[in-house]
Amino acid sequence: MADMIEIKGLNKYFGDLHVLKDIDLTVAAGEKVVIIGPSGSGKSTLIRCVNFLEEPTSGTVSIDGTQLTRKNHLEMTRKYSSMVFQQFNLYPNMTVLGNLTLAPIKLQKKSKEEATAAAMAALKRVGLAEKAGEYPQNLSGGQQQRVAIARALVTKQPIILFDEPTSALDPEMIQEVLDVMIELAQENITMICVTHEMGFARQVADRVVFMEDGRILEVGTPEHFFENPENPRCREFLNKILH
Amino acid sequence: MLDGLFDARRWNITLDSMGPFWDGFLFTLQVVVVGLVISLVLGTVLGVFSTTRSRVLRAVSRVYVEFFQNTPLPVQVFFYYMAGPRVLQAITGAPSPVRISSFVIGAVGVGLYHAAYVSEVIRTGIESVPRGQMEAARSQGFSRPQAYLYIILPQTFKVILPPLCNQTLNLVKNTSVLALIAGGDLMYNADNFVSTYGYLQGYIMACVLYFVICFPLALLVQYLEKRAKRKPRAKVIPGVTPEPVKEA
Repeated sequence: MADMIEIKGLNKYFGDLHVLKDIDLTVAAGEKVVIIGPSGSGKSTLIRCVNFLEEPTSGTVSIDGTQLTRKNHLEMTRKYSSMVFQQFNLYPNMTVLGNLTLAPIKLQKKSKEEATAAAMAALKRVGLAEKAGEYPQNLSGGQQQRVAIARALVTKQPIILFDEPTSALDPEMIQEVLDVMIELAQENITMICVTHEMGFARQVADRVVFMEDGRILEVGTPEHFFENPENPRCREFLNKILH
Repeated sequence: MLDGLFDARRWNITLDSMGPFWDGFLFTLQVVVVGLVISLVLGTVLGVFSTTRSRVLRAVSRVYVEFFQNTPLPVQVFFYYMAGPRVLQAITGAPSPVRISSFVIGAVGVGLYHAAYVSEVIRTGIESVPRGQMEAARSQGFSRPQAYLYIILPQTFKVILPPLCNQTLNLVKNTSVLALIAGGDLMYNADNFVSTYGYLQGYIMACVLYFVICFPLALLVQYLEKRAKRKPRAKVIPGVTPEPVKEA
């Protein structure tokens, strides 16, 4: 498989705080990578560097062979990646349909009819076609996150970044969102997902990345990772959350 | 002296001489409209400046706002009135100071003054929009200006409309500063009437006419404040949303 994302020697500072330390990571096209680790370990910052929401302090992030720069990152984002956030970040002043058609109409220059048809298809996939005219604040958290996933799908980029998509949800709503993500994982989309859902990681991930204190400590298949992790910090972390 | 206020004859004469009042009323309305446009456009630009990442733009906005909020409007207007013609002379190289109509001084005066307040309203409006909105927009590939235009500013409307209407109301009242420079506005013409006849009815009529403009604005503020608190109802989108179910 061709490399879709290539991260080399990535460092990120917030002021004096060294958040990412010499990160190297390559993700193949169509690969599903799950990033886990304690909070504050730099997981979110790492995936936010992939769509340039955070600018690397040093090192490079390349998508499909092109290095992200200040100049090209918007164009690269439009072409390659979309993102699902912990807090959903739906546009509250627009209907569900409006949320899904804004970028296709304004950025991809699609006609309203075309954008609406694509939006409805995406909403059907997440099981919310009947909510097209609703406003986000009238939906449950789980429904809002499914709409956010549909919004990420509708622009049809090859990469979707998930930043703790279930962390802000009530427990009974987590599964409906995970189900949608598991269904998505059947496709040839490149997914990087920061999550604490170990069941999801086991089921979906091609590789699991464990991060702590700004470094990648372990990378491996879910089997290797959950059954027989090499790094002691990783074992300790797994013990804490699995028992 | 106050007896005169209840004198029917004085009222009759006042009501018969309403011509200059209406002239002033229309003049004031025109100053309001142009002043409002200036304050909204400039205030929005300055308000956006104050929320950008550029230190220079933030400083420009800050200095402007502090200057205009902390100096009295009459002083500013006197300054434009006295210094404006000479400044224009220096700029254009005209042989003598360039006369500026009281209309321009009035509109620019209240426009620049209220732009400072509008800027603060816009700034708080933008700051009320969660950071995640800009991030969502940028994660979709919107540039910052596009994000402001399509996503951030439309969300501020609900929050800023009531205080903007309040600013409009104040702007209407503040146009009366033109009376100080013989501006031909409602207040000036009313004052002329009072000086000529000595009837205080003139001021009362001026109040009534200002009230006619301002009171609907005050009602609008109340309505908008109420509306901002309402939850949005689902929209019916033909061909997309299911037909509304009729209740039996």
